[in-house]
Amino acid sequence: MDELLQHIVNAVMLGATYALLGIGLTLIFGIMRVVNFTHGELYAFGGYMIFMLTAMLGVNFYLALLGALVLGIVLGAVIELVLLRPMRGADIDTTMLIMIGCWIVLQNTEQMIWGGVAKSIVSPLPGEPLVFGPISVAWLRVFVFVAAALLIAGTYALIHRTKLGKAMRATFQDRDTAALMGVNVSAINTATFALGSGLAAAAGALLGAVFVITPTMGDLAALKAFAIVILGGLGSITGATIGGFILAFAEEMGAGYVSSGYRDAMGFLLIIVVLLFKPTGLFARAERIG
Amino acid sequence: MKATFRAGLIAVGVATAFAATGAFAQIKIGVNQPLTGPVAASGNFVTNGAKIAADEINAKGGVLKQKIELVIEDNKSNPTEAVAVAEKLIVRDKVPVMMGAWSSTYTLAVMPKLMEYKVPMVVETSSSDKITVSGNPYIFRISPTSGMEATAFADRVGALKIRKADFLVVNNDWGKGAADVFSKMLKDKGVAVGAVETMDAAAQDLNAQLSKIKSSDADTLFITTAVEQLTLILKQAHALGLKRQIITTGGSQSPDQLIEQAGPAANGSYHLLFFPPWVPEATPNPAAARAFVAEWRKRGYPFAGLTEGFRGYDGIQTIAAAITKAGKADPEAIRAALWNTELTGLNGRIAFTKAGPAGKESGQSIPAVYVVKIDNGKVTLAR
Repeated sequence: MDELLQHIVNAVMLGATYALLGIGLTLIFGIMRVVNFTHGELYAFGGYMIFMLTAMLGVNFYLALLGALVLGIVLGAVIELVLLRPMRGADIDTTMLIMIGCWIVLQNTEQMIWGGVAKSIVSPLPGEPLVFGPISVAWLRVFVFVAAALLIAGTYALIHRTKLGKAMRATFQDRDTAALMGVNVSAINTATFALGSGLAAAAGALLGAVFVITPTMGDLAALKAFAIVILGGLGSITGATIGGFILAFAEEMGAGYVSSGYRDAMGFLLIIVVLLFKPTGLFARAERIG
Repeated sequence: MKATFRAGLIAVGVATAFAATGAFAQIKIGVNQPLTGPVAASGNFVTNGAKIAADEINAKGGVLKQKIELVIEDNKSNPTEAVAVAEKLIVRDKVPVMMGAWSSTYTLAVMPKLMEYKVPMVVETSSSDKITVSGNPYIFRISPTSGMEATAFADRVGALKIRKADFLVVNNDWGKGAADVFSKMLKDKGVAVGAVETMDAAAQDLNAQLSKIKSSDADTLFITTAVEQLTLILKQAHALGLKRQIITTGGSQSPDQLIEQAGPAANGSYHLLFFPPWVPEATPNPAAARAFVAEWRKRGYPFAGLTEGFRGYDGIQTIAAAITKAGKADPEAIRAALWNTELTGLNGRIAFTKAGPAGKESGQSIPAVYVVKIDNGKVTLAR
């Protein structure tokens, strides 16, 4: 029983960061129809930014987190303006190739600047864990959970409560009609890509503090993000949030009770099962065709 | 007058340059290491050690009156890349001998290429027992097998009061091999073996495995992985409140890095290592050990890397000694010479005994194994 409770706590902590990763990716796909292969690199970028700010420039840890988010938004906006905007109207394969190229360039740049050896961040949170009876969890994990939850809630509020969010939803439903109604679709694209990128960078900064930062840290993260998005249904924010938690539970319980060697396979097994019965994912909205 | 002088100077310069290249044609040695990816720290340290050895050898006049040149390639912590690197080093750079490939999985992947091109490789880190018993006559290993580590550790089991042990190992030839031989050794000593948990080499969240281990009634946890993942395990185990005697194997743990990055979470852990830079006087070749540590510091490499860096140094020294013995930089001559090569490396005596099936034996040296303990942020030699 104690073990089960501990697994549940672990899965919840992990699920929040998975959800954060998934939301950024699903937003970009849903609104822009771009398969964003740079998502994992923005995640790694966030990790390196918090490392640069805290370890090299001596910035306060919490400010550095915010800094990583803002720099992620800026990098995302630059990628959209320089690479994606000129490609509007190109087919999905062409933009996909461009994004793959951008992924390789970003990863190798990170490697060139910071080298291949892992970097570690010192957080200001206490090293001793928080203990509730048989359950024990690091303060940093609790902080990461809260921060991720706030970011997810913030994204929800932005999408559902602001004018920008309304324009985004309109673009998602029908790009042409939205444009005819006066929505600046180009600006929405930039905003969406910047927001998605910022969320990935924030996830990288948060998890970079928990784990270690390496140039290839984004590869596994991107793979998981794609899994979460496919599981939840492409373009669905609710789907990505729930998908993140489902993946975390599948991995945690799979590793705990089936076989730890197959931990990463558990999530993908689950996806195969879901797609067999619901090929659009769990929460995909029906698309308007034409 | 001035112009003539200048022309003369240029002529002398050009002549010297020609003489230099003429007298010192380079002997190439391939180095196949993970310089990026999940185990990059270790691969970089090994490479740094190799560079120190090469510079030292060249400063003393090189090998066979020629300078040695390391051709260093990154295998990206990936067995497929390790094979591509080996092929590139052999075919394009035409190296007569190589050192590599750090992880047992990468080394095992490279081994068929050694047979194909008939080029010998000195294995500096890999510890899977499989490597030297698979009948590959181009393999010469200077690192201990997991079996040797287990044997060396056997007489400490009583002193550490181990009654029941769990394992958490990286899910590859190295980790699973270590779990097998250490379990066997412990069972022979009457110690119970509990859970054997595995983890992907790139995995960063190990809470699931550690939570499962927490629910077991064992008193000791054996861990086999490289320093990056080990740091995460120690931190996460501490956060989960896992109270166990932790013993790590494999020699790639860099205790100083654990102290720096895992802090109090590293306290009380034991580590099996093959070079103790804290006490160079305790090694078989104290003068060389001191000089190596001094040179490492002079180059500004982190002290934590020394426990890994010595492997590269010993590997290149072994190769240089073999080339000298062979009398020429030819793969077959070097392979034959390795059998008669004997030297004292930083770890101790290096000499190859036959291992594996008759007629196609691999070479295996029998290195020294040290046990160190981290106590209050300090490393002490436990033996």
